[in-house]
Amino acid sequence: MSTSTNVSSVAQPTVAVQPRRRIRWQRVALHAFLITMALVWLFPIAWIAYTAFRPIGDTILHGYVSLPQTLTLDNFVSAWNEAELPRYFLNTLIVVIPALFAILFVSSMLGFVFSRFSFKLNILLLIMFTAGNLLPPQIIIVPLYRIYNWLPIPPPLSDNGLLYNQYFGLILINFIFQTGFCTFVLSNYMKTINRELTEAAFVDGASVWMIYRKVILPLCRPALAALATLEFTFMYNDFFWALFLIKDGNRRPITSALNNLQGAFFTDQNQLAAAALLVAIPTIVVYLVLSKQFVRGLSLGSTKG
Amino acid sequence: MTTGSSALPGPQPGGADASVPRRKSRYSLLTRRDKLTLALMVGIPTILCLSFIWLPTLASILLSFTNWRGIAPITANNIVGFKNYEVLFTQYTLFWPAVFHNVIWLIFLVFIATPIGIFFAVLLDREMRGTRIYQSAFYIPVVLSLAIVGFIWEQMYTSQGFINSVLGHTSSDTAIDFLGNPSLNLWAVLIAASWRHVGYVMVLYLAGLKSVDPTLREAAAIDGANARQTFIRVVFPVMKPINVVVIVVTVIESLRAFDIVYIINKGKNGLELLSTLITNNTLTEASLVGFGSAIAVILLLLSLVPIVFFLTRTMRSDTR
Repeated sequence: MSTSTNVSSVAQPTVAVQPRRRIRWQRVALHAFLITMALVWLFPIAWIAYTAFRPIGDTILHGYVSLPQTLTLDNFVSAWNEAELPRYFLNTLIVVIPALFAILFVSSMLGFVFSRFSFKLNILLLIMFTAGNLLPPQIIIVPLYRIYNWLPIPPPLSDNGLLYNQYFGLILINFIFQTGFCTFVLSNYMKTINRELTEAAFVDGASVWMIYRKVILPLCRPALAALATLEFTFMYNDFFWALFLIKDGNRRPITSALNNLQGAFFTDQNQLAAAALLVAIPTIVVYLVLSKQFVRGLSLGSTKG
Repeated sequence: MTTGSSALPGPQPGGADASVPRRKSRYSLLTRRDKLTLALMVGIPTILCLSFIWLPTLASILLSFTNWRGIAPITANNIVGFKNYEVLFTQYTLFWPAVFHNVIWLIFLVFIATPIGIFFAVLLDREMRGTRIYQSAFYIPVVLSLAIVGFIWEQMYTSQGFINSVLGHTSSDTAIDFLGNPSLNLWAVLIAASWRHVGYVMVLYLAGLKSVDPTLREAAAIDGANARQTFIRVVFPVMKPINVVVIVVTVIESLRAFDIVYIINKGKNGLELLSTLITNNTLTEASLVGFGSAIAVILLLLSLVPIVFFLTRTMRSDTR
């Protein structure tokens, strides 16, 4: 390793020897290519935004590919009010926020146990949680639907005595399914934390709970923040669970509600475009504000530490 | 070049101090309360995971050997052995098309979307003005759910949509029916799904590229390798862990694909996938629980391939 760093100082001149012109030309071509591709990539979103800002009358008269006569917020306003979008956004929050806390709490405990103790079952359990998250949810939906219609649940958590058609049921399955992913990421992350730290605390007589709470959790804050960002988006985007485990349209979170609203409220493409954009905006904003957390969350899952 | 690859750093072993002897005695330090804490920390989530994921998986397997329709209580008379599988393989006309569509989905993502994502990552993995902006542009589709991706691309594909308008097919009888024509709609949907997948692969790959030891590339440059040779011979092999993740993610995403076709036509008429066959047979009026479960078992067997591959690789390197 030390030899190669010595050599790198020698490498500098060879790069400079290359004709500068060629490099600049390459850079221009690279930027031109990337700008083109970026515009292509953003185009579908820009297109629905453009459609959403135009009144339906204007597009009927001039076609969708035409210069705008007027641009209004009418489609957004009517989507927001007539389809009662706020209600569905609220449903999303009711489900996602408790699930998010539960996931981070439980998966950090599991990660802690799997990374700090070498019980015989640990690897097997870690495999069980991780594999559970990797299964296509369609494999389990039929029996799960039966369980949700059978398992009795007391009143404060359920108003029909079941898990089916309940926020609690949706929180539960999101929590269980996503815990697998977070446990995998966190146990890998915690393995990179020096063992000496927890060993020393053990020898000093700290309890398991204290070590988890006071030593491990604070050190995991960056990973937890990254996972929180990622998991918020994952659950906000859930379509499948809510589609089959929530019966009442007005209890569905926003992503799955849009499917029902498609025929019922949105009579034209412009309104649907406005609604789709409104649903897309929160995750885009979360990404733009917390992009570092977001990317870190994903890369934590794919690399170790 | 050869010496460089032998010195590859790999994922950091992280905190790997070799103080093993103490390990055994550590458990004796656990008080009874500690043991209770540990049992609760692991026990409750384990019970939940078993009962809401693995029990239903097992139940799907068992139900696949019955002809249960989900109404009357299940009895021994419902057991039909492998009949559902027989019907599935020989009579059910939608099964092989669905398998074929899943395979096309996989091939498209693996050989088209994934390489584009890797290509973008390689282009963006350098000191360059605006690289963050480019990354964001490619990445934004990834934060959208596939359901929303479906809605967005509907606006591109419908008879009034962008593509038909630009082509001048404004009346509905001349318009290309991208989403309705069964020989076109899978490809139309795959472009939309790839739009999202490319950014996903790009981010995973960028993270991997950043962790490649820069001295490796310098060594390759000194040995006279050009950019392409450096990538293919040096960087790509070192990226093996990321390559595994990317492949596993891609395969699993192709098997899980559901939302986007469900939004467009509930997975019918050219858009059949194994995932939609399961729900269309079971959670609709048809309520063919036993038959649908047989499809679920096929999907399970297919999913186990990437899952087992991934877990054996990661867990093996885990045990150090």
